[in-house]
Amino acid sequence: MAALCIALAAPVLADPSTPPAALAYTQLRDPAQEATAKALMETLRCLVCQGQSIADSDASLAGDMRSLVRERIAKGENPASIRAWLIQRYGDYVTYDPPLSAVTWPLWLAPIVLLAVGALLARQSFRRRPR
Amino acid sequence: MGRGMKRWMLWLPLAVFALLFAVVAAGLFRPADRTVRSAMIGKPIPNFTLPGMVPGKPGLATATLTAGRPHLVNVFASWCVPCIAEAPQLMRLKAMGVPIEGIAIRDTREDLLGFLRRNGDPYERIGDDQRSAVQVALGSSGVPESFVVDGAGTIVLQHVGDIRAEDVDDIAAAVRNAK
Repeated sequence: MAALCIALAAPVLADPSTPPAALAYTQLRDPAQEATAKALMETLRCLVCQGQSIADSDASLAGDMRSLVRERIAKGENPASIRAWLIQRYGDYVTYDPPLSAVTWPLWLAPIVLLAVGALLARQSFRRRPR
Repeated sequence: MGRGMKRWMLWLPLAVFALLFAVVAAGLFRPADRTVRSAMIGKPIPNFTLPGMVPGKPGLATATLTAGRPHLVNVFASWCVPCIAEAPQLMRLKAMGVPIEGIAIRDTREDLLGFLRRNGDPYERIGDDQRSAVQVALGSSGVPESFVVDGAGTIVLQHVGDIRAEDVDDIAAAVRNAK
């Protein structure tokens, strides 16, 4: 009975059946442009599977965003302006390269502070036990 | 370093551990909200023109949303399961006199017609967004999502996820107040 139920059960489709966007899985012809696009895609967050970049994700929205990035790069737009356009839509959350702001300054400052503390500790322990 | 200082330093790792433990425990009991909200609230609706995809129903363009009447713009798809749950609430909003415009994400005509036949059709217009371009321009990250747009075309509210029975009155009020 269980086997029959499984055999008869129709899968619930929760993904579009439409084909992916033209440049979702196709590289740009110009290798330099493709490299620029790829570098940008790796720093943009997939908004569906939030731990991944759009370069890594197979979500249909990520595919559409890759296509958008490649189309705009092919038209000669620079990566910074594409990133700014997306930040305007989704906020800083969309980028893995967060701009320095009131909320993000600890991210930028913490490594420097930690390095300084480390250097201080190292200096003191070397001074204590000189060779 | 003095003796007192050294004794104090002895407790430092434990204190740091306790602090880290507290941070992690707080995250465990009160997980962060992972909803991606649009940054377009309070901004004018972006410029777009989407063709129609259902016979007898026009597509959707910015001009419709800036013509002086507030609207509820519903981003949906026939392949989206929560959209089925949301459909009766949209029918209720329509019955309350809320003008509803649809943006169909990556849909086919046949699938969409079947969806409207099964779940009802609350839409005045449905725009065909094959490449999620308008969805991204709106700062929407999934289906279903709904935006209240005032008569001048400014986005005043975003509802992420399906509109439930308890949300209907608030959304109807937001559209009424969005003159």
